[in-house]
Amino acid sequence: MRYLPLDDADRADMLAKIGVKAIDDLFADVPNAKLLKSLPPLAKTQSEIAVEREIGRLSARNVSAGSVPFFVGAGAYRHHVPASVDHLIQRSEFLTSYTPYQPEITQGTLQYLFEFQSQVALLTGMDVANASMYDGSTACGEAVLMAHRITRRKKAVLSGGLHPHYRAVTETLAKWGDTAVAELPPDPQGKEDAAAAIDGETSCVVVQYPSVYGSIRDLKPIADAAHAKGALLVVVVTEVVALGALKSPGDMGADIVVCEGQSIGNGLNFGGPYVGLFATREKFVRQMPGRLAGETVDAEGKRGYVLTLSTREQHIRREKATSNICTNSGLCALAFTIHMTLLGEAGLRKLAALNHANACDLAERLGKVKGVSVLNDTFFNEFTIRVPGKAADVIEKLAERHILGGVPVSRLEPDHPELADLILVASTEINTDDDRAAFAAALKEVL
Amino acid sequence: MAMNTQGRPTAPGTATIAEIQTFTGNRGLDHEEPLIFEIGDTGRTGVDLPAAPKAKSRLGGLERSAEIGLPGLTEPETMRHYVRLSRKNYAIDSGLYPLGSCTMKHNPRLNEKMARLPGIGDIHPLQPQSTVQGAIQLMETLARYLMELTGMPAVALSPKAGAHGELCGMLAIKAAHEAKGSKRDVVLVPDSAHGTNPATAAFMGYRVKSIPAMADGTVSAEAVKAALGPDVAAIMLTNPNTCGLFEREIVEIAKVVHEAGAYFYCDGANFNAIVGKVRPGDLGVDAMHINLHKTFSTPHGGGGPGAGPVVLSAALAPFAPVPFIRKEGDALRLVEDAEGTQSFGRMTAFHGQMGMFVRALSYALSHGSDGLRQASEDAVLNANYIRACLADLMSQPFGDRFCMHEALFDDRWLKDTGITTLDFAKAMIDEGYHPMTMYFPLVVHGAMLIEPTESESKASLDLFIMTMRDLAQSARNGEAERFSGAPYLAPRRRLDETLAARQPILRWQPPAAVAEAAE
Repeated sequence: MRYLPLDDADRADMLAKIGVKAIDDLFADVPNAKLLKSLPPLAKTQSEIAVEREIGRLSARNVSAGSVPFFVGAGAYRHHVPASVDHLIQRSEFLTSYTPYQPEITQGTLQYLFEFQSQVALLTGMDVANASMYDGSTACGEAVLMAHRITRRKKAVLSGGLHPHYRAVTETLAKWGDTAVAELPPDPQGKEDAAAAIDGETSCVVVQYPSVYGSIRDLKPIADAAHAKGALLVVVVTEVVALGALKSPGDMGADIVVCEGQSIGNGLNFGGPYVGLFATREKFVRQMPGRLAGETVDAEGKRGYVLTLSTREQHIRREKATSNICTNSGLCALAFTIHMTLLGEAGLRKLAALNHANACDLAERLGKVKGVSVLNDTFFNEFTIRVPGKAADVIEKLAERHILGGVPVSRLEPDHPELADLILVASTEINTDDDRAAFAAALKEVL
Repeated sequence: MAMNTQGRPTAPGTATIAEIQTFTGNRGLDHEEPLIFEIGDTGRTGVDLPAAPKAKSRLGGLERSAEIGLPGLTEPETMRHYVRLSRKNYAIDSGLYPLGSCTMKHNPRLNEKMARLPGIGDIHPLQPQSTVQGAIQLMETLARYLMELTGMPAVALSPKAGAHGELCGMLAIKAAHEAKGSKRDVVLVPDSAHGTNPATAAFMGYRVKSIPAMADGTVSAEAVKAALGPDVAAIMLTNPNTCGLFEREIVEIAKVVHEAGAYFYCDGANFNAIVGKVRPGDLGVDAMHINLHKTFSTPHGGGGPGAGPVVLSAALAPFAPVPFIRKEGDALRLVEDAEGTQSFGRMTAFHGQMGMFVRALSYALSHGSDGLRQASEDAVLNANYIRACLADLMSQPFGDRFCMHEALFDDRWLKDTGITTLDFAKAMIDEGYHPMTMYFPLVVHGAMLIEPTESESKASLDLFIMTMRDLAQSARNGEAERFSGAPYLAPRRRLDETLAARQPILRWQPPAAVAEAAE
């Protein structure tokens, strides 16, 4: 087996040195009756060629986003990732390193995490950010739990503009962790009054910016309303490129900001791995979950970085920890920070402007298709359209014409038949004029 | 000297060795590298994009006006920055990485290639399921491998890491109790457990009751039985355990747990020791997470991403989270909505860590049934070889007995030398090794947990052993300087963790802001 350096002579020498006859002598603590006598009924060792063939066959059965006009978003976006990003994250020293427990020989990881935290804090308009979470949805659940800890209250108000998967993740934690959620009904028009749902028991109100349906609202009024009742504002951003064009949540009074960072540096990967961004105000830092890199000095006074404030964490605090999180998304955070460094502020703003312009163009084209209406007054690079009939059928018919035309809302909200004629449509910088024209033409055909 | 409760020093020593000063501060190949904020600026970029066509803004008057402050670099500057940073990292590809409990085995590059196939890496989780049947088939195939290797009838793939998998398994247990109308609020956790275990239980509102280990490092069925009662929902037991030992009473433990109406959660972090040798399902386990980033070699990536699928017994399978895969004729469907099922809910957006699934499957297919078993045997053999070759110099907390995939030593042998486990670990760095896991498990004073994995050749093990012996002799001879100021030869000397925690600097600040804060 090409990955196993020992040969039988080595094994025999080593068993002799240990003082046993056979490998199974080392498994003596395993109850003998339970020790497997034969190999599991699976294929035996295969060559690289054979494995490539098998997985290649599975890959070939999927329609890849890059092979068709592609407009699917709803929390995961196809952006162009510069070639240098993927090259750099595959460097052995990044790829095959562990969590930086020995800072003297992991300054590479620690410094990029420190830079990542700084970029995330700037982008969200917050004071501090952690070294990443699994993804946006789990970060959202953790943000709610953090708000419970800070306010010592147990009820979260979830906006109807929050991604339904994020809502479901938060609900799961609430249901089994003995806390409450008040969910507002789905809000495709972006007109809800979330402030009215805040009461004296509310720990936080969670709003998405832009909403899952694409609309953008000023967060200041909801922040003020929350603060007036002693609650926090948690802002969720699933398309982080939007923050290159929009006012930051921190500027509008957010207390905790969580984002799905996949858009920067990371591919679609059928839903994971992605990278959760988590930022908050300085005064809440000790209630924050997850790893934190911090600056310090070494024995010679040179600047260096370490993991810090670990007394919040499970390996020290055990059952009193702020969260059970251990692994984060280090390599995806690296991809994020490299891509963000390549973009810089100038590039990010240009990228955001391009996304917005492309989406505006698409909205105009689709709005002209007979029977189709665009619901949004405001949007960034994604918006909601209403079609005659079932949106899911329309999307299937478009797929048959080799166009991946968005996400039918019924896929996310199967229990809301009144939303079954809505489609979430995204357009990023990857779409050409031809793509958008093809989409509009195909939509006209299938309706 | 500042120390924590495990006797771990938290402030650096002061010993120094003479060194040559350079003008740049660089030392040959080891370059000092500033922060991106110190070398980039907001006007510079490494990405050429066309200007956006003029369009009427639909942003609702919420356009960002003020500068964000994000520095940019051109592509060559970016390459240099990150390549220089990378060279300050230790990695499996550069040397033996004996970090116990973390399983730093070789990461095959075929797996990276497979994850980047366009039909795997460039598909959206919400495109029509008819267009991703190959991807769902891949998940189904991995699920079959995991069920076969563990002897369990079901698996939930979506958890994103080990701790997330623990949460998943414990949620299934809580849901199963609730379905029976039973209100149990205690979870038993041995005091040698990973910190994530009690953190997970507490996170779900359970009270954690500790179970002490026996003198031999394992948990006895008798101790478990004594702690069981009508209020106990589950036990969380790691097997092989964190001391690197197989829980020899595990079958009896499962029996008494089930008799008391509780469930058996097994922390599968150390499953890599027993793949193809024994199946957790045959031992009476109800739920177990598998760290794909340990047992199935998906890269650790400096702390993630991981993946933590959870295998479930028949009793817990109905409560598995969405999404799960259902066969419908010739097609496979991901069931994404919990409504109308007994599922406890959803753990994450979308479907889990596809990028890790494909790497794990590529690993499993490459090894095959014979290779997977051989890998576990070699991992156990390597650990025992190291243990046997160091046993005369270093002390073992539970006597001279066989271990599984990792060898555990304590610090009794360092008594009266003035040298701590931390010092010893830092001296390993000067010898070109990543230290072993130190001060874990917490139940062993000054613990040193060595996990070589199956990826090491005998020559590599022999050199490691000779190095450890030389260091151990040196420690026993009282050559304190080799240890107290170590590492001397790494990109940084010991770092001041106390300072970092007392005056946290968690982000870059413009020099003006720093000056202002100091006033």
